[in-house]
Amino acid sequence: MDRRSFLKATALAGGGVMLGLYTEPEVKGQGRGPQGPPPDPHNYIKVAADGTVTIMAKNPEVGQGVRNMLPMLIAEELDVDWKNVKVEQTDYVESKYAGQSAGGSTATPTNWNPMRQVGAGGRAMFIAAAAQKWGVKPEDCTTASGKVMANGKSIGYGELAADVATMPAPNLANLKLKDSKDYKIIGHSQPGVDLKKIVTGKPLFVIDIKLPGMQYAVFQKSPVFGGKVASANLDEIKKMPGIKNAFVVERPVPTEKVLPGEPGLENGVAILGETWWHAQAARKKLQVKWDLGRPESAGMSSTLFAQNAEKLSKEAPQWTIKQDGDAEGALKSAAKVVEANYSYPFIAHGPLEPQGATAHYKDGKVEIWSNSQIPGRGRALVRDTLGVQDADITQHMVRGGGGFGRRLMNDYFVEAAWISKQAGGVPVKLLWAREDDMTHDYYRPGGFQYLKAGLDGSGKLVAWQNHFISYGAPDPSDPKKPNFVASGAMGPTEFPQRFIPNYALHASVQPLCIRTGALRAPSSNAFAFVIQSFIDELAHAAGKDPVEFRMDILNSGAQGPGLVADRMKSALQLVAEKSDWAKRSKSLPKGTAMGVAFHFSHMGYFAEVAEVAVDAQKKVKINKIWVAADVGSQIINPSGAENIVQGGVIDGLSEMMSQEITVANGAVVQNNYHQHGMLRMAQAPPVIETHYVKSTYPPTGLGEPALPPILPAVANAIFTATGVRVRQLPISKSGFSWA
Amino acid sequence: MAYKLNVNGQSHTVDVPADMPLLWVLRDVLDLVGTKYGCGIGQCRACTVHLNGKPVQSCLTPVSTVGTQNVTTIEGLSADGTHPVQVAWQEIDVPQCGYCQVGQMMSAAALLAKTPKPNDHDIDAAMNGNLCRCGTYLRIRAAIHKAAELSNSSKSASVAQKE
Repeated sequence: MDRRSFLKATALAGGGVMLGLYTEPEVKGQGRGPQGPPPDPHNYIKVAADGTVTIMAKNPEVGQGVRNMLPMLIAEELDVDWKNVKVEQTDYVESKYAGQSAGGSTATPTNWNPMRQVGAGGRAMFIAAAAQKWGVKPEDCTTASGKVMANGKSIGYGELAADVATMPAPNLANLKLKDSKDYKIIGHSQPGVDLKKIVTGKPLFVIDIKLPGMQYAVFQKSPVFGGKVASANLDEIKKMPGIKNAFVVERPVPTEKVLPGEPGLENGVAILGETWWHAQAARKKLQVKWDLGRPESAGMSSTLFAQNAEKLSKEAPQWTIKQDGDAEGALKSAAKVVEANYSYPFIAHGPLEPQGATAHYKDGKVEIWSNSQIPGRGRALVRDTLGVQDADITQHMVRGGGGFGRRLMNDYFVEAAWISKQAGGVPVKLLWAREDDMTHDYYRPGGFQYLKAGLDGSGKLVAWQNHFISYGAPDPSDPKKPNFVASGAMGPTEFPQRFIPNYALHASVQPLCIRTGALRAPSSNAFAFVIQSFIDELAHAAGKDPVEFRMDILNSGAQGPGLVADRMKSALQLVAEKSDWAKRSKSLPKGTAMGVAFHFSHMGYFAEVAEVAVDAQKKVKINKIWVAADVGSQIINPSGAENIVQGGVIDGLSEMMSQEITVANGAVVQNNYHQHGMLRMAQAPPVIETHYVKSTYPPTGLGEPALPPILPAVANAIFTATGVRVRQLPISKSGFSWA
Repeated sequence: MAYKLNVNGQSHTVDVPADMPLLWVLRDVLDLVGTKYGCGIGQCRACTVHLNGKPVQSCLTPVSTVGTQNVTTIEGLSADGTHPVQVAWQEIDVPQCGYCQVGQMMSAAALLAKTPKPNDHDIDAAMNGNLCRCGTYLRIRAAIHKAAELSNSSKSASVAQKE
């Protein structure tokens, strides 16, 4: 792996690193786009002689709306009418496009300036072409709706397209961008560019790709990670109806104690059929004897993980991640000490379109149709695993049916390419069954947190101590440091660090046998539940209103780097106002209550309130949810933004109520949606209101930061409604279910 | 085994195993890929199609059981995307990733055929089998109300025309 793709992979696989790479001052200073070549408008804008405008969308689309968002930025500054714009997806082309990835809610902050500059650069070239034609100065020209105007004359971009095509692009950094009050596209809802294809069922997704002579593949991997094929009844499988081929894929087994974030191609059995059903039906007769590649895995289970955590919590922590002041001493002298143990499980991504790719290996060249959130990493895997050159890989970026972080990993990518090669160069469509997806995910790591906090005589929070128990091993190069599993770390700046004089974060780890990785709002999706629930416990212990208690904590804090207290205060204030918290939360009937929480992640400030009714059977009904956010000065596509915020909230509710992946004998137990519940229509809240604080900060993303606060907001409402404090996810384990 | 199927008003003969689910016959044999695979066990209903107007899970429907029933897929719901459900889905800008939406629309169209003016309770009951991993449920609800409005107003418009 070259250094650059390594940096990208680590950056996107862990939210913490991502925040480190894209800190606010950097993005605020701007000019700083993603790594890669500087953008050239010629690569993004095509205007035909008849005036038709085509704008290239460079990033992977997995439902986050980026195929709208980035072209909208270009179209606005190009000064064309959105209704005349055709959006076309680019391939993955490192030499032309920077930052072709999807993760960490980074598309907005990293593209806000570069993509507007691309549009402005295009506009400047059309002006230059018209000015030359008319013999006028460029500064005497104006533009509107894809036309250049000067001295009463007007000419369409289409008529200038041939001149512009050979013109060098201007220096984009020097171009003046529009004032937001003049926006005609940005800030106005633009429905999804693929909408018509979606509602008419046209081929659009990875699963819909079809090539002449294509064979359909399934790939059976070991239930326990690292397993190798000792034997398999391939002769029998090959004789089954519609089966074209079946073979064993042999690969080395990773020996590292902590599983690598992206192990790539694993051992397994590939079966190729004339339809996917033929291959899948044959797989049901497949008998594989697996050798355990990593024998220590066999004894591992969720029961053992919980026992280990309990034991570790009673021992001295293995490491101290952060220490401010003297938490130990402050706890001794505190007027009140509150102690609580929280835990959360492994969970799966389960995007509705299962992982898959169509690949064709031929004469040392590979062509791939798939969706990856980091296509560059997919390319590197294919290159290194198949032993081909970068230049020999063509990657088409197909719409993916959901990502949520699952497609940051490219195992399916390299599997399809490898199977095509090993099958002798036939085009292959690999599709994972849902069972493959659920049992071979990169799970959101579970964890345990043992918290202790102290309040002074006035109810002020003065000490915070956390023993964070995760998965991993000592760093082999420096045992004084923990080597956490992917997405299993807690960083030294985790809230409420900086907001409390005495803060201590300790950590211990235990070994793990399954792969982990980033799931939408990585770490935050679990940490917000713990931290904001525990803060709620403290508010109640202090006898203070949960909103006021939080406001007091924010009042004591610094303004950055990282969380800027004033921004979160504005979001909290707004959600309290919109939900009429002060009055409404005190006037609800018995069994109905409101809960509040906030969380900062991926540069987004979100505060959320849930109103929840719980009956005697612990059946939970969500009456209403209010969301308030500060994601900067501009919402680019309001319709898309609202959709994504609501989706984040609903995703969070699914995680909270019922999702849990468990391990037995080293293997994942759950294998389909019936064992990993998702919110359904009847349980969806009738109303999710979204409100934005319009701040002066540059725009940032929404896909991830909307999710984390909803879990504690609901859990806090449940406490107020019932007196039951839920400290373990999913809350179904504490007897709760949807009404 | 050869089966004669009536799909979207057209007759097709397919030579496939008896237990091959209708979903895979549609997708991999007839190239009608609008209908989607999500779970294979009837949990997500991304594979919903109509058999004689009734919504069924094509992933659990062996081709041998289809017989002479009329199969309607999204490709046959309307010739050009103008079924009220398809229009409403676009007006409300429902999808995120869009993968489940064909199944959602097929369930919604079946609901509206039976219950032209559904309330939220009717919608929750009829749509509860369809998962949306992106969480577009609020917009699906709104779009079904919109589709009901559209089809009722187009009906009254055509009645008015006749009069």
